[in-house]
Amino acid sequence: MRFNNKHTIPPKYILLILTILCLALIGVSFAFEEVLTPLRYITGVTITPMQHGINTIGQWVSDKLDMLVDIQNLQAENAELKKQLEEYQMADRKQLSDEDELIDLRQLYELDSRFPDYEKVAANVISKDAGNWFDTFIIDKGSNAGIQEGCNVMAGNGLVGIVTEVGPNYAKVRSIIDDNSNVTAMFLTDDSICNVLGDEKYMDAGYIRAEDIDKDAAVSEGDELITSNISDKFLPGITIGYVTNLSLDTNNLTMSADVIPVVDFDHIQTVLVVLDLKQNIEEE
Amino acid sequence: MRRFIIQLIIILICFLFQTSVFRFLDLAGIVPNLLLIPTVSFGMMRGRKEGMLVGFCSGLLMDIFYGSIIGPYALLYMYLGYINGFFHRVYYMEDILLPMLMVGANDLVFNLLVYVFAYLLRNRLEFGFYFIHVILPELIYTMVITLIIYKPLVRINRWLKRKEEGSED
Repeated sequence: MRFNNKHTIPPKYILLILTILCLALIGVSFAFEEVLTPLRYITGVTITPMQHGINTIGQWVSDKLDMLVDIQNLQAENAELKKQLEEYQMADRKQLSDEDELIDLRQLYELDSRFPDYEKVAANVISKDAGNWFDTFIIDKGSNAGIQEGCNVMAGNGLVGIVTEVGPNYAKVRSIIDDNSNVTAMFLTDDSICNVLGDEKYMDAGYIRAEDIDKDAAVSEGDELITSNISDKFLPGITIGYVTNLSLDTNNLTMSADVIPVVDFDHIQTVLVVLDLKQNIEEE
Repeated sequence: MRRFIIQLIIILICFLFQTSVFRFLDLAGIVPNLLLIPTVSFGMMRGRKEGMLVGFCSGLLMDIFYGSIIGPYALLYMYLGYINGFFHRVYYMEDILLPMLMVGANDLVFNLLVYVFAYLLRNRLEFGFYFIHVILPELIYTMVITLIIYKPLVRINRWLKRKEEGSED
């Protein structure tokens, strides 16, 4: 700067002057705010349009940058969506099978409603055999509530068992998964008859056995088993369960299968006892 | 006169960018302190007086627009420009490291002072938080921007110098 002769005032004096000016400005604007509004107005009028104009540039640049970010985001989102799609496809398949089940259940309901005059009594399970699964259990209602020996016991939509012993205020129920249980059942689709046997071996796996299925019966895995009308103890049309693991027996005449019961035997709290007996209905 | 107008335009552009364009290009809500760059650059390239004047104009612009009181930013920028003028002696035109470090140091001082006067005096004591979330990001961002716009500023200065020497001859 020394070569420049036009400015002779040393910088420190200018600094001093400007400092004083600044302090004065601070003081003035602090004390009288409205004094400086014209100044703000002038700069506002001139600078604000420029800011507005340059903002459009900024917006444009920002948009372009956003686009680059968007591409990355979209790729990540795409991967995420693909994963979701797989999940939904899985869920959809499940839905479809649920829908089949729903149709089946509706059919069953129609079957049920064919016998709307069944008189039922709700009862609580009060004790059970030791062991994880129910074999036999005691319910808190007996002959006082009209329960007789041979009454069918249901839970929800499925067959649970049959009353084998009745006291005035209790009844013992043998469930269909009990090793002694034998229910004549038929396929909902095909009307072929089979025997559903409780089996200790399969109890832990949650299965009961269906045997003596005609080898020519048009049945397949997933078919529904209901109590048949030829049983002398069980009322017809009560769901037992669904067939799985269908296989031809060694005698080459019959098939046997595992049946998954519809009733969750592990968690029975309340049951419905059908007061009508099969024999009585036949007699009427 | 030409120099004065050019410098004013540079300040204006920096101000406009700082207040508008970089609002869109903010990183974690932080905008670089663009006005500090010409202040520091001209202070170093041209000496105390110009640094001081550029700083004063930059600060005044900021005060008028965004301050409730006119003066403090002008004062702050002015002193920073003036102090940077002392480094005019050790300055080489092609060296980018010193200006960058100077901008960083100035930004640090600037923000520390702003913190002390605008926050600490209002009993905002969480210095660590402000340092990590405001001061440090702004420091880094501003230094990075310096890397980009310092060279053009040097070229403008060189061009102005040539013109002045030409007109003097």
